[in-house]
Amino acid sequence: MEIEDPRPVPEPIHTPEASGPLVPRPSYTSMSDLPLTDPSVLTAPTMLQVERLNLYYGKKQALMDINLKVAKNSVMSFIGPSGCGKSTLLRCLNRMNDLIDDVRIEGRVLLGDTDLYAPETDVISLRKRAGMVFQKSNPFPKTIFENVAYGLRIQGEKDKTVLEEAVQRSLQGAGLWEEVKDRLKDSAQGLSGGQQQRLCIARALAVRPGRCLMDEPCSALDPIATARVEELITELKQEFTIVIVTHNMQQAARVSDHTAFFWMGKLIETGLTERLFTNPGHRMTEDYITGRFG
Amino acid sequence: MTRLAESLRRGGIFVWFAGTSLAFCLAMILGLVGYIAARGLGFFWPSPLVQVRSAEGPVLGEITGHEPARGEETGKLQFRVGNRDIYGQDFRWVPTVGLGAPEEPKDAVLLERTEYGPFIGRITAISHQGTVAVQGAGALAEAARRLPESRRLLEEVQATEKGKVGELNRRMERLRIDRKGLEAKGDQAAIQALDTQVAALQSTYEALQTTIDQTRTEAKSWVLDLETADGQKKELPLSSVVRIVAANNLSVTDRLGIYLSRMWEFLADDPRESNTEGGIFPAIFGTVMMVLVMSVLVVPLGVVTALYLREYARQGWLVRAVRVAVNNLAGVPSIVFGVFGLGFFVYTLGGGIDRLFFADALPTPTYGTGGIIWASLTLALLTVPVVVVATEEALGAVARSQREASLAMGATKWQTLWNVVLPSAAPGILTGLILAIARGAGEVAPLMLTGVVKLAPSMPLDGTFPFFHFDRKFMHLGFHIYDVGFQSPNSEAAKPMVFMASLLLLAVVVVLNIFALNLRRKLRARLGGSTF
Repeated sequence: MEIEDPRPVPEPIHTPEASGPLVPRPSYTSMSDLPLTDPSVLTAPTMLQVERLNLYYGKKQALMDINLKVAKNSVMSFIGPSGCGKSTLLRCLNRMNDLIDDVRIEGRVLLGDTDLYAPETDVISLRKRAGMVFQKSNPFPKTIFENVAYGLRIQGEKDKTVLEEAVQRSLQGAGLWEEVKDRLKDSAQGLSGGQQQRLCIARALAVRPGRCLMDEPCSALDPIATARVEELITELKQEFTIVIVTHNMQQAARVSDHTAFFWMGKLIETGLTERLFTNPGHRMTEDYITGRFG
Repeated sequence: MTRLAESLRRGGIFVWFAGTSLAFCLAMILGLVGYIAARGLGFFWPSPLVQVRSAEGPVLGEITGHEPARGEETGKLQFRVGNRDIYGQDFRWVPTVGLGAPEEPKDAVLLERTEYGPFIGRITAISHQGTVAVQGAGALAEAARRLPESRRLLEEVQATEKGKVGELNRRMERLRIDRKGLEAKGDQAAIQALDTQVAALQSTYEALQTTIDQTRTEAKSWVLDLETADGQKKELPLSSVVRIVAANNLSVTDRLGIYLSRMWEFLADDPRESNTEGGIFPAIFGTVMMVLVMSVLVVPLGVVTALYLREYARQGWLVRAVRVAVNNLAGVPSIVFGVFGLGFFVYTLGGGIDRLFFADALPTPTYGTGGIIWASLTLALLTVPVVVVATEEALGAVARSQREASLAMGATKWQTLWNVVLPSAAPGILTGLILAIARGAGEVAPLMLTGVVKLAPSMPLDGTFPFFHFDRKFMHLGFHIYDVGFQSPNSEAAKPMVFMASLLLLAVVVVLNIFALNLRRKLRARLGGSTF
């Protein structure tokens, strides 16, 4: 099956640090271009598409010529060593990097037909349609109820029954309802770490966003809470498109349909998770997932 | 040697040093409060009246001081002899040489009066409408029995004067101003109508005055015949007596009762005798009121300034310069703020308000003279740097992750500030307010220029519409201390008042602070273990 890849050919990566020649493994020669991409990723209905994205923090280039597609109703995980740009790219998908001074972004991020970075794009309404979960749980200093209702409240929703219904649905969706239903009026900061993170997920889901961006959501959680969140991610896939940044390769393997591997601001390889982990198309991917560096 | 080196290495010496410094500071604070409290609180305790026989005749009074013999100088005792109307002074130094044995006569009394300070001596008789009712030993008991009734009558008179007569005066004044306006227009019919109203008010006033005069006469009908230790006689209407203290014939319970009653009078009553006696309630009330108004003004001003500086202004040399300028405002001497308050708030702003809204009352100024609102505004200006600095720090301490969470939900910057950042920063803002209160409550100098007076006839908050009178002058504890201690004709007698007023000023600051601290604690609890 030959897929027409519309992208221009990116520069091959040549870095002195990498050991050995940068050639794809012989077992996966159907696509000689870098980054490697599985055909199925390209055929699935697309939710988000990143095109020739370059990002600079001042003079330092943090993302280099990223081309990527995220399929609808799937989970994509970004993996790679610290500082490889995976979190930066995730934040680009919601224009969160706008908040940082001295950032320059080139290229396009397409959501359907609209370019997130087009001058006429309304950042506020864009962010309303994306949920974001951060590395460190960050509930607001409000009650549990008000935390989950926050997104609707700032959109001007005042109807109490609508809010209550949304809060219950979101908390149920995040698997937290049974634990907190009797203390919705308590401060959210009295919850345990795992509960707080699930509350943040519920808060992100309350506005029914089309996509959910998660930045290492389990890095501060214990194994049980992690399992709970992972389970949740798998359930949420039915309704949402999820992008998750993770340091934990087992987690990426467990929860995601597709995986993208980054290294030094470049996208090295992307594809079906199962394939990428069992049969990596690039030497560096293999080195990373087998723990030889990173 | 090695032990010293070891101790230096471990820092044990420095811990000791730090601990000693702390103990020293604590001792200073406790010493300060303790000294003031001891000097002030002892004042209300009825001390015995001691009689001695000196070269110049018998002396009766409370012993208030002692000077030991030094070289050729003989030792001296200071007596508070009272009777300023007879002796011309309250205190007397008596050489200790040749004094007879001091005695404490049972029949000696101290009368607290509405005029001339206390009388110290004996009650020889009590008469009613010119005829002697009781003579000799029973007179004291009879006077004590009659006193409450006399006090009640006087209070009735005072209440009528303050309430009904005051209300009549206010209405007359309003009519006078209306009449002035009508005269300018030349509306004769309306002026006539007004004059009838004025006449009606006048007759009501006269009727009231008659009742008041009658009550007064009734109160004055009981008269005490008094005699001092050296045999001078005096008549005193019972109505001018506030309290009878038979100081040498009291049980501990009686003393405690007098102590508490004096304490209560001090806390709850108006001052008498150019502030050297009576209570200081108006000053307490004025201080609290002024600080509250200041707080209401300073918090929005400081928070909005800090919000702009921290969140909206582009950080550059200009913002840095503004920040330095705001911080340096805290170092400007407070009297300079007072001068600014007088020149800008009182004369310019207040004068402008008068010309615009109270033109009829001119040339009597309404807002164009010192008042609680101008004093509070001046103090708000004085304390705003504290709030700005504290708020800026509190805003900076709100976790970035919380702002991001809110912004990622599609909240605008303002929504994020209002819903997430400000509530998180609220305890820090309150810390700023606490510091501002501590600074503002103790300031005196700027207030003297912008609205504090020695004696304010009416409070800034009372039962007459519109209840809160921003234009009124007020009394203040800090100024009261200065006034009583240094500006009063009888500052020796007023000394204990200075200590008591200082103690109260401290108490007011502490209470206001506790109030703010409590608010902060509650806020923190609601935020659920916020970090500061």
